[in-house]
Amino acid sequence: MKIPVSWIKDYVDINIDTDKLCDIFTLSGTKVDGVEKQGDKIKNVFTGRILEVTPHPDADKLRVTKVTTGDGEVQIVTGAPNITEESVGKIVPVALVGAELPDGKKISKGKLRGVESCGMLCSVDELDLDPDEYPNASDHGIWILPDETPIGIDMRDYLKLTDTIIDFEITPNRPDCLSVLGVAREASALLAQPFRKPTINLKEDGVSVNELVSVEVLDYELCPRYAARVVTDVKIGPSPAWMQSKLKASGIRAINNIVDITNFVMLETGQPMHGFDLDKIADSKIIVRRAASGEKVVTLDDKERTLNNDMLVISDANSAIAVAGIMGCGNSEVDSDTTTILFESAIFNRACVRRGSKHIGIRTESSGRFEKGLDLETTIYALDRAAMLVEMIGAGRVCKDRIDCVQRMPEKKRITFNPQRINQLLGTNIPTEQMVDILVSFEFEFNETVSEVIVPIFRQDVEIEADIIEEIARHFDYNNIKPTLLEGKATTVGGRSYEQKIRKNILDTVLSCGYSEIYTYSFISPKEFDKLNLPQDDTLRNAVQIKNPLGEDFSIMRTTTLASMLECLSINYNRRAEDVRLFEMANVYIPSDQDDEQVSENDEGYHKKVTLPVQIPMLTIGAYGDGADYYEIKGVCEEVFDKLKIKKFNYEPVTDNPTFHPGKTAAIYIKGELAGIIGEIHPLVVQNYECGKDTIAAYLLIDVLIKNSSDKMKVKPLPKFPAVTRDIAMVVDDGISAGKIDAIVKNKAGQIFESLKLFDVYKGEQLKSGTKSIAYSIIFRSPDRTLTDDEVNKSMDNIYKALKEKLGAELR
Amino acid sequence: MLKDQLEQIREQAQDQIKNEVKNAQQLDEFRVKYLGKKGELTALLRGMSELSAEERPIIGQLANDVRSFLENKIQEAAQEFEKSAMADELKNDVIDITMPGKIKKLGKKHPLTSVTEEIEEVFISMGYEIAEGPEIEFDYYNFKALNTPEDHPARDLQDTFYINDRIVLRTQTSPVQIRVMENTKPPIKIICPGRVYRSDIADATHTPVFHQIEALVVDKGVTMGDLIGTLKLFAKKIFGENTNIRLRPHHFPFTEPSAEVDVSCWVCGGVGCRVCKQEGWIEILGAGMVHPNVLEMCGIDSKEYSGFAFGLGIERTAMGKYNIDDLRLLYENDIRFVSQF
Ligand SMILES: [Zn+2]
Repeated sequence: MKIPVSWIKDYVDINIDTDKLCDIFTLSGTKVDGVEKQGDKIKNVFTGRILEVTPHPDADKLRVTKVTTGDGEVQIVTGAPNITEESVGKIVPVALVGAELPDGKKISKGKLRGVESCGMLCSVDELDLDPDEYPNASDHGIWILPDETPIGIDMRDYLKLTDTIIDFEITPNRPDCLSVLGVAREASALLAQPFRKPTINLKEDGVSVNELVSVEVLDYELCPRYAARVVTDVKIGPSPAWMQSKLKASGIRAINNIVDITNFVMLETGQPMHGFDLDKIADSKIIVRRAASGEKVVTLDDKERTLNNDMLVISDANSAIAVAGIMGCGNSEVDSDTTTILFESAIFNRACVRRGSKHIGIRTESSGRFEKGLDLETTIYALDRAAMLVEMIGAGRVCKDRIDCVQRMPEKKRITFNPQRINQLLGTNIPTEQMVDILVSFEFEFNETVSEVIVPIFRQDVEIEADIIEEIARHFDYNNIKPTLLEGKATTVGGRSYEQKIRKNILDTVLSCGYSEIYTYSFISPKEFDKLNLPQDDTLRNAVQIKNPLGEDFSIMRTTTLASMLECLSINYNRRAEDVRLFEMANVYIPSDQDDEQVSENDEGYHKKVTLPVQIPMLTIGAYGDGADYYEIKGVCEEVFDKLKIKKFNYEPVTDNPTFHPGKTAAIYIKGELAGIIGEIHPLVVQNYECGKDTIAAYLLIDVLIKNSSDKMKVKPLPKFPAVTRDIAMVVDDGISAGKIDAIVKNKAGQIFESLKLFDVYKGEQLKSGTKSIAYSIIFRSPDRTLTDDEVNKSMDNIYKALKEKLGAELR
Repeated sequence: MLKDQLEQIREQAQDQIKNEVKNAQQLDEFRVKYLGKKGELTALLRGMSELSAEERPIIGQLANDVRSFLENKIQEAAQEFEKSAMADELKNDVIDITMPGKIKKLGKKHPLTSVTEEIEEVFISMGYEIAEGPEIEFDYYNFKALNTPEDHPARDLQDTFYINDRIVLRTQTSPVQIRVMENTKPPIKIICPGRVYRSDIADATHTPVFHQIEALVVDKGVTMGDLIGTLKLFAKKIFGENTNIRLRPHHFPFTEPSAEVDVSCWVCGGVGCRVCKQEGWIEILGAGMVHPNVLEMCGIDSKEYSGFAFGLGIERTAMGKYNIDDLRLLYENDIRFVSQF
């Protein structure tokens, strides 16, 4: 909210500079968002008299002038058509060398077609002024000021652009501060200066309002107070300059005296006001009622709006004349012929205005204020203040009495005042008297024994002791509270849980394998399922839907992380990154399989009866280029298993996962439980995502890894006896996997087996087609003796025999 | 006689090895000349048998001395030649030290993880645990239990993603605090890092998915001074020893008193620059004393216990630390961006 400092000063003396004032506001919770010094953008521009105008020797459209701004004279070349020989003696704004203009232009000495020019004569436009306000200034030329204007006056002074305007960020709990009076009240408390709220003083020389209009409120819940005054003999015209300049400085255009008064009072008190032309109100009857469902009105902006039954309207005997708190209707609008005005000052229910304004899609200054909540006392003050201004500026006759429909006034809240507890929570030693002074300065009161604080009506946000504590703390300044570090309190050990440690281990391991971490959105488009080649009935398509997504592309919670990974690989591939290795640790979200349909969303205990969707953490790995292949990612997975001390895992071919290559994909099982999938991406999916054709991906279920992990280890002693290594080469059918051979070797090698390593696979001319040669080194060792050839030979014989029998291996 | 000859051999040999033996081959010739089967010393010793019994041990001793003297000299020289031969060889064994290194690249940790871990470590060292909770959350935990009434502007459909009227994508990590408070007896000392959602269209400073980290402490006698002290320490550890903080009163539904916390600008140190919009301060945290209503909703007696909570955005912190000017880069994962970290 923008407020000129001069306006605040009408109600409280401010004897510190603006910077200090802003700091005080900011550190007490009324944050200053910006400060604008009026005229800040106009520098070194003065009123000056034209002494001489001569033609330019080389340019028909230019003229050479001699101008004085007080002492001496300067030569300025101008192209303005309204500067002629006849302009001699006229007073104009002169930007001297060194001047700065609102559009950022800086004036320096220069030559125009060979003639020296030491400044510029300015137009209204060049000074960034509203041409409407200076109707006598020339449209396309230099601004000719009145003849009696003294010369040598700084244009900022001439234009009275000397105010400072502060832009406040008012927190939603302080609607009372959305007003000049509210902010002035804060200043008064913080600067310890008296607060001068204008006192109401009315002549009221007309007939009683009750003879002119009646008001009936049909729904006090939605309209707790409705007050009105009537002004007769209205003379519509411009408001006085002081009022216009205050409105303008606050960012509101002056319209006419009546509209300006309603806006002025709204800014001053925070209470939105509305003026109706009473002659246009059928039967002089105001009814505050709920709108009929589907009721149509034409609002002041000439648009037809359809209302619903949760909204409130102000109606006359026939039809709605305003959407309560949001916008008036054209049928009761004040115009230049208006002679009798009804001023409305009312309170409308916050939620009602909020929903209504959303329903018809208009937010106004007024609706914004009602949404934040207004207090029932200011309603009357604002109404009377408007009437007082009417009398003050002679805009009409204020009728006697006011209409005031209110069912019950709120009681002032009382809160226990316990200085010791306040200091205890803050960690301070603020004396009780100081606390009392602070609260009194904010217009709180006390009962006789100072054991209870009485909250002023306008402070609807203050409800409990903690609110009182904040009042004291913010006046005291949070930054004056002595920092402490929980000495002796909340002594806990802390640290990561086992699961958190394991997750960090996984992350560090994958990083060390050369894969970089990515972050992607949790929601995806349902189209991703098509791109992933999933059949229509695939369970992954059953995803949690967002009711109000940012478009279809972000409309479901992902059930697979592969889509995001492939998108990332694709982005990099299409940006010509040659080789890319990525991973992500993030959740997928699976709808709860519990049938919760029968629990009503209105049920208070909904959160206890319904199961949330399940989130499952995934490690997703993806790569292409630079030799990245199935075996590399398999290696990464195994490195993770090794780090997590997962020893028992096996691979099964996967031929029917529609996203993966049917011949180059495996499922990983840990102790019989599916732990993940690795494979080359299916060529169709590669096409869909426009990835590199050798794109590989894997996902692992992090929870399965955690379940089978261990952080315990014992160092094994180093072997004391030498190992014996035997190589073995065999020819087998192509379809026989290394895994099968491994298993047989491990099974048959006996106690002395230590490890085996595949070192060669060969397919080619020298072999029968459909077969391959495969070679291993097998290492034997005993912990307590040097092995003899005989022992090893025996094991090897067993291995040979089993390989022959079970796989038909032909040993070479 | 024989003694003189031995002495003479010693001198002669010493002289020769010093002045004439220049390489390994000459050294070998030298060895053969003196110690070989037909060498001078060997020849000389054959004459030993003609000596008297008294002379023999004396001459024998001398002969051995001379032999070992020669052997030492030969060994010394041999080592010398070996060394210089190696040095010659090394002189020609040269690599281009500026050719590219061959290390297998490590992967890069995402800046959001780096910042999260850094913050986690600070708090773990102060005895905090890490708490986690669901991202798809009941509105009860995301709003109601956090003292955010039904018609609060934060609950507007435009800010929150809804799954249904009662289930939302959490807009803050605060619901985790509620879940912990419901199930744990104080003392409670946790941080809650995690992914949160707001319905903002992505631009340079917003993404609909982002990350927060919040801290919560509840115990008897926890004060606002404790909150401020903790914030100060945290700011210094994350943004540097010279960092100052400034608290401004603010409003959050779940804390009272509440504050927004600024840290002194990490670029200019507080004098004002483009990054801090000339203010010298950068707003980074929301904080406050846990609202008594929130404690009570979780079954914690607010007369007996008090607590503080604060939270900050990971993205914002990362942007500050790494001078990132567009948030969207963090979610685009261009390898040229990722590999800079
Ligand atoms: Zn700065």
